[in-house]
Amino acid sequence: MAPETKISARDVDFYYGRTKALKGISLDIHSKQVTALIGPSGCGKSTFIRLLNRMNDLIPGSKVQGSILMDGLDINHPKTDVVELRRRVGMVFQKPNPFPKSIYDNMAYGLVIGGIRDRDIIEQRVVTSLKKAALYDDVKDRLHDSALMLSGGQQQRLCIARCLVVEPEVILFDEPCASLDPISTRKIEELILELKQDYTIAIVTHNMQQAARVSDYTAFMYLGELVEYDRTERMFTVPKERMTEEYLSGKFG
Amino acid sequence: MDIRRFRSFKEGVYKYSFAMLAFASLVFLLGIILTLFMQSWQVFSTIPLTDMVFGKHWYPTHEDAAFGMWPLMAGTALVTLGAMFVCVPIGVGTALYIHELAGQRQRAFLKPLIEVLAGVPSIVYGFFGMVIVAPFLQDLLDIPTGLCAFTASLILGIMATPTVASLSEDALSFVPRSFREASLALGANRWQTLTKVVVPAAGSGISTAIILGLGRAVGETMTVLMVAGGAAAIPKGIFDPVRPMTSTIAAEMGEAVMGSLHFSALFAIGLILFLITLGVNVIAEVVSRRFRLKLGLGR
Repeated sequence: MAPETKISARDVDFYYGRTKALKGISLDIHSKQVTALIGPSGCGKSTFIRLLNRMNDLIPGSKVQGSILMDGLDINHPKTDVVELRRRVGMVFQKPNPFPKSIYDNMAYGLVIGGIRDRDIIEQRVVTSLKKAALYDDVKDRLHDSALMLSGGQQQRLCIARCLVVEPEVILFDEPCASLDPISTRKIEELILELKQDYTIAIVTHNMQQAARVSDYTAFMYLGELVEYDRTERMFTVPKERMTEEYLSGKFG
Repeated sequence: MDIRRFRSFKEGVYKYSFAMLAFASLVFLLGIILTLFMQSWQVFSTIPLTDMVFGKHWYPTHEDAAFGMWPLMAGTALVTLGAMFVCVPIGVGTALYIHELAGQRQRAFLKPLIEVLAGVPSIVYGFFGMVIVAPFLQDLLDIPTGLCAFTASLILGIMATPTVASLSEDALSFVPRSFREASLALGANRWQTLTKVVVPAAGSGISTAIILGLGRAVGETMTVLMVAGGAAAIPKGIFDPVRPMTSTIAAEMGEAVMGSLHFSALFAIGLILFLITLGVNVIAEVVSRRFRLKLGLGR
């Protein structure tokens, strides 16, 4: 009855220099489900999802231990092709970060760097992805305008579309609505529910209600440890740990 | 009541004295422009502008003197262009290396080192060029004199390199980290991220750096006076000695009779130089403003 596992993390420790930011995290992310990571600031939830596409490689002096497998592929193995991994595991960031290029060039970027030259294929995949991200109708008449002219919510949907264009299997969302207004937030949440049919999704959020609205599974983290991990409806109704209950009811945060 | 009035009086004094300081540079600028115009008026009113700008002969002390600035401007243009061929590749290359490849330790000493290079007095560069580089090139290339446009370009280029390198590196580091992250997360490698995202985003900042480097090369006096050779003739090649505009003023100001046409002509050169560097700075400012806009750093 449990859906199949897409990513499986076992006993993952992570260090920023000498600071231990993650302590023995073991967690399965299920295929074509939304997994939310919640917890107060600094609990390691962003650090954790950034391990899944090795974005933490960019941090000098960082170190990871334990194993993270995606369909059997050891993500942290030195021989793992990071470029290939990142094409399979896309990421949407906290602040919308379109390139200072046109909307079209933002979309085409992932394809061009992947070596796709055929203009018809590029155009077709750009349009498909924009439609999937529910942005096409907003931008179809100004594809060649700068992406920075879009509103914050549109920029974030562009970033989601840009990520879809390379056809990933997993999409990581790192607090995607942190800088957005409620209406844009709702659109992103609807989009996440839509995308769940085709993609495995992990979302970091500091907003518990958001986790309740969009996710199938929720992981609650605190000070680098995984406190509780369960199906979302169970976690929000009958949490097993007292700390989870206190956090969900707003006693600390 | 009295204390209150005293306080507002005090604040007024502060405000106006700082305002005066702030406007002092404006006064200097106006003074300089005014002087340049007044002193060069004599030559502009005597000799037609076209004769001066396009005249091929600069014989300021000759019996029937000629004040054609074409050779001087050609000298400046040649030397500056040559310097650009040196400082742009080295400067931008240095910036890219420091920004992208150098580890933290290398960066920690390379960047200050470059700034030290910028602080070396120009007379030292000139001396170095005259005593070491010029004889060396003369032997190596078998040319009649080492004091020529080529040597001047080389030395000027080295002098302008820190400006280009340092400002380009600043431009690269102004590119938000989020652009790099977005690119890498889409499966780009470092080289693609650098060439397709970071450098284009920093492009106008790098252009500003190059333009300001150019301004430095155009305005430099001492070095070119010492190594460019000083011949006020239109150069036929890069190995000819030249006399750029700046060194003409420096070399001839001492001997020109005050109030003479020659004296006034030197001010005219100064005015033209001033207008060139002003133009360069305005362009740099416009380009860098566009750069900030492009990165969404406010207007």
